[in-house]
Amino acid sequence: MAVGHAEGPGQNLLLTRLEDVISWARSNSLWPLTFGTSCCAIEMMMASGASHHDLARFGAEVTRPSPRQADLLIVAGTIVKRMAQPLRTLYEQMPEPRYVIATGACVISGGPFIYHSYSSLRGVDDVIPVDVYVPGCPPRPEGLFYGILTLQRMIRERAGLKHPEERRAPVTAALPEGITKQEIQAEMLELFEAQGRRNVHEEYRRTVSDPGAKGAYPGRGERG
Amino acid sequence: MKKAVRGHAPDADALKERDQDLLQLLQSLLGDEIQSHRHGMDMLELVIRPESASSVSRLLRDSEGLEFDYLMDQTAVDWLGRREIRFEVVYHFYSTKHNRYLRCLAPVPESRPEVSSLYELYKAADWYEREIHEMYGIRFAGHHDMRKLLMYDGFKGYPLRKDYSMKGRQPLIGPGSRQES
Repeated sequence: MAVGHAEGPGQNLLLTRLEDVISWARSNSLWPLTFGTSCCAIEMMMASGASHHDLARFGAEVTRPSPRQADLLIVAGTIVKRMAQPLRTLYEQMPEPRYVIATGACVISGGPFIYHSYSSLRGVDDVIPVDVYVPGCPPRPEGLFYGILTLQRMIRERAGLKHPEERRAPVTAALPEGITKQEIQAEMLELFEAQGRRNVHEEYRRTVSDPGAKGAYPGRGERG
Repeated sequence: MKKAVRGHAPDADALKERDQDLLQLLQSLLGDEIQSHRHGMDMLELVIRPESASSVSRLLRDSEGLEFDYLMDQTAVDWLGRREIRFEVVYHFYSTKHNRYLRCLAPVPESRPEVSSLYELYKAADWYEREIHEMYGIRFAGHHDMRKLLMYDGFKGYPLRKDYSMKGRQPLIGPGSRQES
């Protein structure tokens, strides 16, 4: 946000564009629609409802039971073809500007149902436009947070007040700059270890070195 | 090598003995309606004619000593290429009074895929039969509402039939949808 600052005698002034202020406010008060169809929705509830992760930090915890009060649609879970029309109707009922986050493999591409399913949608972007894709099966709450933060940045930087419906190229919730995948993996392993009270590092290393070994990560030999 | 047996599968002879009086009762009540019977691995199985499924079920439900008052499950099997009569509708009955199970099988030919409906007897049959009709294309005579249950209205074909094309893609219908490739 472009901000100018001026001080006169006995007063403080903040100079900015109205559009920037509104985008800033809008990005910090996203109201998601209460909509979930399968396991990703459990993870979404974990993120938005449970106190451990506390979505309220980012101003997006007020899930609305009516599409007319919501401006963020988090599509969480497999969308079957029968559900496609109600989903589109929900999207149409939301007031503009409206944003869509697609979480999980099923919503992005069809996931495990991509091959021979007669009933599942292969990617929700067949039906509604998607702003942010969050990969995972399902993504952890942190993943969803990153998707929401990405959307917030998008709203602040690019979505204009004058053109709220102008669609930009969808973004994938990519890795933050300067952080590698290996670092995230190591951190996740540590988290698992802290929760499960077992040495996951060691088990992981053993599985990698000896695929036949038994442990938390079944090697190929074990699966046959 | 010993053949693997599922969890708590009871002994076959014990099952036969347990179901002996049930079978006698059924034979005396149903008579010719029973085309054949078999002691399955978990319960007694009767083969009945599809057009008499409703009347047989009424007897099963209302006769003294049987009282099969609970339709646990109703589904169908497609025996394409394996049997002469292609389809088979499967009923699972349970008697809460006598704690007894019974399975009825109704072979349905492809040329005339029609079974009499159990909707009037068991309300549970309502959605079972709608699903079977949608997935296998078997009609239920006497059912009040044969609309699709799980798929959308424009869907063509019967997806659980063995000859339904696995790679077949149907266009999505409705507002804003684009053709699926």
